[in-house]
Amino acid sequence: MRITVTVDGTAYTDEVEPRTLLVHYLRERLGKVGTVVGCDTSNCGACTVHLDGHSVKSCSVLAVQADGCEITTIEGLSRDGQLHPVQQAFHDNHALQCGFCTPGMIMQAIDLLADDADPDEETVRNGLEGNLCRCTGYQNIVRAVRDAASRMEPGSGPEAEQVAEQTSVAGGSRAEVRQS
Amino acid sequence: MIPSAFDYVAPSTVDDAVRALNDAGEDAKIIAGGQSLLPVLRMRLAAPSKLIDLGKVAELRGVREDGDALVIGAMTTHYDVQRDPLVREHAQLLAVATDTVADPQVRHRGTFGGSLAHADPAGDLLAPALALDVEMVLCGMDGKRTVPAADFFVDYFTTALRPSELLVEVRMPKYTGWHAHYEKFNRVAQAWSIVGVAAAVNVAGHTISAARVALTNMSSVPVRASGVEQALVGQEATPDAIRAAAERAVEGTMPVADNNADVAYREHLAKVLTSRAVTAACG
Ligand SMILES: Cc1cc2nc3c(=O)[nH]c(=O)nc-3n(C[C@H](O)[C@H](O)[C@H](O)COP(=O)(O)OP(=O)(O)OC[C@H]3O[C@@H](n4cnc5c(N)ncnc54)[C@H](O)[C@@H]3O)c2cc1C
Ligand code: FES
Ligand code: FES
Repeated sequence: MRITVTVDGTAYTDEVEPRTLLVHYLRERLGKVGTVVGCDTSNCGACTVHLDGHSVKSCSVLAVQADGCEITTIEGLSRDGQLHPVQQAFHDNHALQCGFCTPGMIMQAIDLLADDADPDEETVRNGLEGNLCRCTGYQNIVRAVRDAASRMEPGSGPEAEQVAEQTSVAGGSRAEVRQS
Repeated sequence: MIPSAFDYVAPSTVDDAVRALNDAGEDAKIIAGGQSLLPVLRMRLAAPSKLIDLGKVAELRGVREDGDALVIGAMTTHYDVQRDPLVREHAQLLAVATDTVADPQVRHRGTFGGSLAHADPAGDLLAPALALDVEMVLCGMDGKRTVPAADFFVDYFTTALRPSELLVEVRMPKYTGWHAHYEKFNRVAQAWSIVGVAAAVNVAGHTISAARVALTNMSSVPVRASGVEQALVGQEATPDAIRAAAERAVEGTMPVADNNADVAYREHLAKVLTSRAVTAACG
């Protein structure tokens, strides 16, 4: 079946088998190997991407279901060699060890910040319920998300603003809310 | 793992979807949000010949009022149900129960109709549907029919849906001004309910004038706790009255033992959680 999708700002048209999972299409056809597969049960969240501006587990969506949609992966976040503020906050707060859960954690963190620009600790923990980390533990991950929230506040610095603003183009309408 | 091969169609109207389902025969399956079906296909626990995707059927999405009724389209996602102002106002029980389902990513894809059609006894939206006396609107080649929730859930993963029928929408009376709580007991993140209790009450002054209570995972289907409801109505919402009423929570249940809980523990949970759910609903 023929599908057309926009991934990290680039349009692709491809012939796919209906049973192809979105995550396999992204990794194996488009080479977007930043998005990883961590489980067989839809539990771990490592495969999280944004589909029309909302986080989804890309192992639990068929590529054909994404036809006509816009997808953002972890590979589409940085701009001109500058990390997205959430990526930078994970780096600064030691929010990863092996890094396997990190692509999904960051994509889900951006989603939760789009719903709540200044989340308390409990809100962050609930928002990351669908993402499992097997080595860092969650303390620094939660710290990083709250740190990112403070950096992304309006007036928190022109660089952060600029990166976030451009991301919102790919991240859909809700992402703009957090800037207002 | 990768699912075994299947054909795929994505019709854009209910009529086309019903026709596609009938043409494809018994091995075809509907896919809604795919959040229950895709894990099953990935494990190769099922191998349908064809998937009929409801994702492009716009008329199945959204919440509306129809006179005295609240109507929720089968393809409305958990995320949209949670945030819908009409649901918050007229069916608070459904909104708060949906908050407890799975995790944010799953709630972005999974649908209200998919949860009901899937009929997992541990699913969190079946008991609220039963408690709120919803009606399921089903559509087949011969047109539509309406089935009350009490007749819709037949057994484990089994509903009154015929193989050639779609769940189109869910209709319910408005529970404007009622207070509700869903008390879900599980032990780890994004886990299913070991037992859950859905409670909605209408309180006039200090007196409970009406109550709806139903239980998750205390039988192969959701169970209405009619004994608890009767014991609550006309009472003041005191701790003693609620605790006494909650003692009747196991009436009519047939819990099973599994890795999470034996029968006695489930019965204990049903009473304790009923007491908590009603207390929280009475505020
Ligand atoms: C990690 C994880 C955790 C979860 N935790 C919970 C939880 O805590 N509580 C909970 O309640 N649920 C939980 N779920 C399930 C989730 O709520 C699903 O969204 C829901 O069970 C199915 O909805 P769906 O739209 O994804 O349906 P699908 O998976 O697409 O379909 C499910 C079944 O229903 C049928 N079907 C779907 N729509 C229709 C229709 N309109 N007419 C006829 N048949 C139809 C399909 O053919 C299929 O057999 C979890 C899922 C995952 C992956
Ligand atoms: S790979 Fe684990 S949830 Fe998708
Ligand atoms: S950093 Fe290793 S799994 Fe999270």
